[in-house]
Amino acid sequence: MKSPTTSIAFDRPARETAADSFAMWVLIGSEVMLFGAILLVFMFARLSYGDAFAGAAKHLSLPLGTANTVVLITSSFAMALAHMYTAARRWRAAGWALAATALLGVVFLAIKATEYAREFSEGLAPVLGAPFIYKGPDPVHAEFFFGLYFAMTSLHALHLICGVIVIGGILALWPRTIEASRFRRVQAIGLYWHFVDIVWVFLFPVLYLINR
Amino acid sequence: MSFGIRFFPQEASSIAGSVDALFYTLLAFAVALGLFLTVLVVGYAVKYRIGSAADRTGARARSLPLEMAWTIASLVMAFIFFGWGAVLFVRRDRPPPDAVEIAGLGKQWMWEFRHPGGQREINELHVPVGKAVVVSLASQDVIHSFYVPAFRVKQDAVPGRTANVWFIATQPGRYHLFCAEYCGTQHSEMGGWVTVLAPEQYASWLGSQGEGESLATSGGKLFRALGCSGCHGNFSKVRAPGLDGVFGQPVALANRQTVIADERYLRDSILVPNKEIAAGYQPVMPSFDGLVDEAELQMLMAYLKSLSLQSPSFPAAKNEAPQ
Amino acid sequence: MSSDLASASYLAEGAGPRSWLLTTDHKRVAWLYFVSLTAFFFLGGTFAVLMRIELATPAGDLVSDDVYNRLFSLHGIIMVWFFLVPSIPATLGNFLLPLMIGARDLAFPRLNLASWYVFMFGSLFALASVVLGGVDTGWTFYTPLSTLYANGFVSTAAFGVFIVGFSTIMTGINFIVTVHTLRAPGLTWFRLPIFVWTLYATSLVMVLATPVLAASLILIVLERVFGIGIFNPDLGGDPLLFQHLFWFYSHPAVYIMILPGMGVVSEVLPCFSRRPLFGYKAVALASMAIAVFGFLVWGHHMFVSGQSAYAGVVFSFLSFCVAIPSAIKVFNWSLTLRKGEISFETPMLYALFFLALFTFGGLAGLFLAALAIDVHVHDTYFVVAHFHYIMVGGMVTAYMAGLHFWWPKLTGRMYSEVWGRIAAAVTFIGFNLTFFPQYVLGFLGMPRRYHTYPPEFAFWHILSSAGAVVLAIGYLMPLLYLAWSLFRGAQAPANPWRATGLEWQTSSPPPAHNFDRMPTVTRPAYDYPMKGLTEKRSDPVEDLV
Repeated sequence: MKSPTTSIAFDRPARETAADSFAMWVLIGSEVMLFGAILLVFMFARLSYGDAFAGAAKHLSLPLGTANTVVLITSSFAMALAHMYTAARRWRAAGWALAATALLGVVFLAIKATEYAREFSEGLAPVLGAPFIYKGPDPVHAEFFFGLYFAMTSLHALHLICGVIVIGGILALWPRTIEASRFRRVQAIGLYWHFVDIVWVFLFPVLYLINR
Repeated sequence: MSFGIRFFPQEASSIAGSVDALFYTLLAFAVALGLFLTVLVVGYAVKYRIGSAADRTGARARSLPLEMAWTIASLVMAFIFFGWGAVLFVRRDRPPPDAVEIAGLGKQWMWEFRHPGGQREINELHVPVGKAVVVSLASQDVIHSFYVPAFRVKQDAVPGRTANVWFIATQPGRYHLFCAEYCGTQHSEMGGWVTVLAPEQYASWLGSQGEGESLATSGGKLFRALGCSGCHGNFSKVRAPGLDGVFGQPVALANRQTVIADERYLRDSILVPNKEIAAGYQPVMPSFDGLVDEAELQMLMAYLKSLSLQSPSFPAAKNEAPQ
Repeated sequence: MSSDLASASYLAEGAGPRSWLLTTDHKRVAWLYFVSLTAFFFLGGTFAVLMRIELATPAGDLVSDDVYNRLFSLHGIIMVWFFLVPSIPATLGNFLLPLMIGARDLAFPRLNLASWYVFMFGSLFALASVVLGGVDTGWTFYTPLSTLYANGFVSTAAFGVFIVGFSTIMTGINFIVTVHTLRAPGLTWFRLPIFVWTLYATSLVMVLATPVLAASLILIVLERVFGIGIFNPDLGGDPLLFQHLFWFYSHPAVYIMILPGMGVVSEVLPCFSRRPLFGYKAVALASMAIAVFGFLVWGHHMFVSGQSAYAGVVFSFLSFCVAIPSAIKVFNWSLTLRKGEISFETPMLYALFFLALFTFGGLAGLFLAALAIDVHVHDTYFVVAHFHYIMVGGMVTAYMAGLHFWWPKLTGRMYSEVWGRIAAAVTFIGFNLTFFPQYVLGFLGMPRRYHTYPPEFAFWHILSSAGAVVLAIGYLMPLLYLAWSLFRGAQAPANPWRATGLEWQTSSPPPAHNFDRMPTVTRPAYDYPMKGLTEKRSDPVEDLV
């Protein structure tokens, strides 16, 4: 017979669900420190080289960035639906909502990839030895801006890729998962997904919108 | 007497005595507290060893008054030593106004010093006794740290910025100069000696080093060679801020802020001219980042400072915003 | 579950490699960590001994400067990230936390095993950098030396440290959730043993500080590999920014290392004094205070770096503040001996030596926090002596105390008491001989990380090198007699020290599911019967109301 809990430490699924959510909150606290540290570096650099950064930010694609923001917020909405359906035990609908979330995540990554490709072709990507070609004033600090831009957005994209993979895993195991575990998993991945979404909500204005 | 074993460092600067006074006071406190705790713990361990006949009535598992007492006592002692250390420390930022200024440059793995008169020395530093000396430190590559134990002074030389360290040597002699911040393969060989000379010996030492041109003069030549004078000169056609007397004066910026034209401002203005633009001027100056090295920057700095010394009555009026 | 045979030991659940490498039992995962960490401890120790032999003479005669620099860099990197940070939490903590709170396992047993695999994956990179030729940046990875000028395998080592960070965070999350959700009925917060309190405080710091280290290491690798100039002054970056980020992690990290040690000592002292810990609540809260204040003092590593004098003054003030909770603990431990019935078994000897060495190290910390003195002794052997007194004299001594205290529980065997006491004494003598001279050297002005030095420092260096040999013997002895005890030691009873605490209520070694009957707690921690206790023994649960 299958145990109703995954961890032998717990006797009841309800306690395990509470522990999972709590663990996810602790992880989010940890992630806040990670993104916080890098955002702090960015803020420090922006204060020092405001004009160069403002000039460089204009070379980012606002339409693509905006589209991505819309896609990601929609994905969070889909995730919220998945959560709602799980609570209502509508498993089939919940599965579809999860799939939609992951799909929107993939769309986000595709748009991001297009954006990166465009920046590489324009010579705005000072990474992997690619030449940095920049006509605006103060190219040294514009390069600094693009370095940070790539560091921050790729770190965020990496988190999104992890999220998509985990959702994929949950969906693959969905038919074989007992109901208590389904609920637990959707709850935990939901918290994570919303957090990654919120990180983008910070990155978007900081990188794309300030000094437009 | 002590069989060549040393217990105390030499004291050879004006601040060494006061730093040591704090050190020895703190040492006395630490030894007293350490002894007290040792006696207490060893005493308890012996007295209350298992099977001993000691009286054990009245044992307690907590005592609020006692715990409050040692918490407050710890706080008071901590604040005393904090305040004492801090008061001595903030003097670092206030060199005496009449100090001799020597440019010090750290690079893997040597110290290079240039005196105001242009005398240059490597891993050796000659200074006069009883006279304040400011060493203006920069680094060509990685972080180094200027450390003279006998003077109780230490300052990191961080690439991309200038830092000052000052001292008044009180005893003629030869003292170790170390690099205290790990800087790569030959870190332990990066150092030498500080030689403190009596004033007359110092003067004759300076004279014996040959008549080099002064640091400021070299800086002035560089100022013209790099074309700075083309715009910043008094009669130039391009409108750029004049630099006579600018050092140490407030400068109004285009973003309505005001900064003091200190070493950091001048340095940034040469390397990152667009960062802080003087009010009323166009951001047209090119960056000299990569065109001048740290040693040349120090010469330019000496030259700019000399402009302030020559014309103290000539304020930085040209530099201020029209309104 | 076959209830009749339930008290069969967790060690009897299988012996093949699969039963160890795929286990999710926290007790077996603790052993996986224990074996790996012991290997790293002796690897890092070997580097230290080589350095001390080199420093026995002023000239650089044993190894070249480049090799010496690699030795101290690898010594630091391995000891800090591959031994000290995980040491007590991942071994003793992993084994004991569920037992001490009356749980079947940690909240996430699979995450626990995963954390060990991540740790081993990270250590592969660290070992690779050793085998390929080492790193010469120091464990601090200061920029721009590490990013632009260092030769050696900086990215490999930094990446290894980065990976190990994940393992640290996994352990931290697991412990926090376990303490919150799996305490036995009746085990309220103020009935928890101090060891659990300190593991909890440590976990908080692990979870919140490690990501900042991760961020700075990511930026270093980006700078080295991709040429992004965040710390490079030529590209508008700032080398001091790295120091701020690095110490924002690495100062709290020293509390990650020392807090569990404080917890171990808080268990051992009451047990061998046969009386409750003095000022339990103050010790518990002081642990949390240390964890919180630890985040606010990083700038005291940068007093002479060129940060503003005002920042220096503020950081000095906060550093003196963080000394207070440590002082409170020392007083409480000392008073715990009063009117007890003290016996001096091996764990107690180590705990008393901890008390002495931690106090000497902590008092030296006051010198370093006092700004004017720090200007003189910063980056000298004074600092080296200070942190070795805390990290080795404090942390490793506490680790040895804990190892000997819980060894019967871990293995079901007793070790040789005579050899245990001899080893403790040898370690104490060797340690002081090694590191006390370094205080004098630092005060005399001997800078750290020097391959050669002026001859007038030789006397103290020779003492220190001689001490290092004694210390090495002191650490090798337990390796031998503890290993011996595994095969020949006497069977341990469930509670050889007559200690309180839930972990002693189950058999030695415990069954796989920890307790045959899940315990309920009705008494405060350290509920030792006290002969002369006149006051009513307070139950902190009532105090709280």
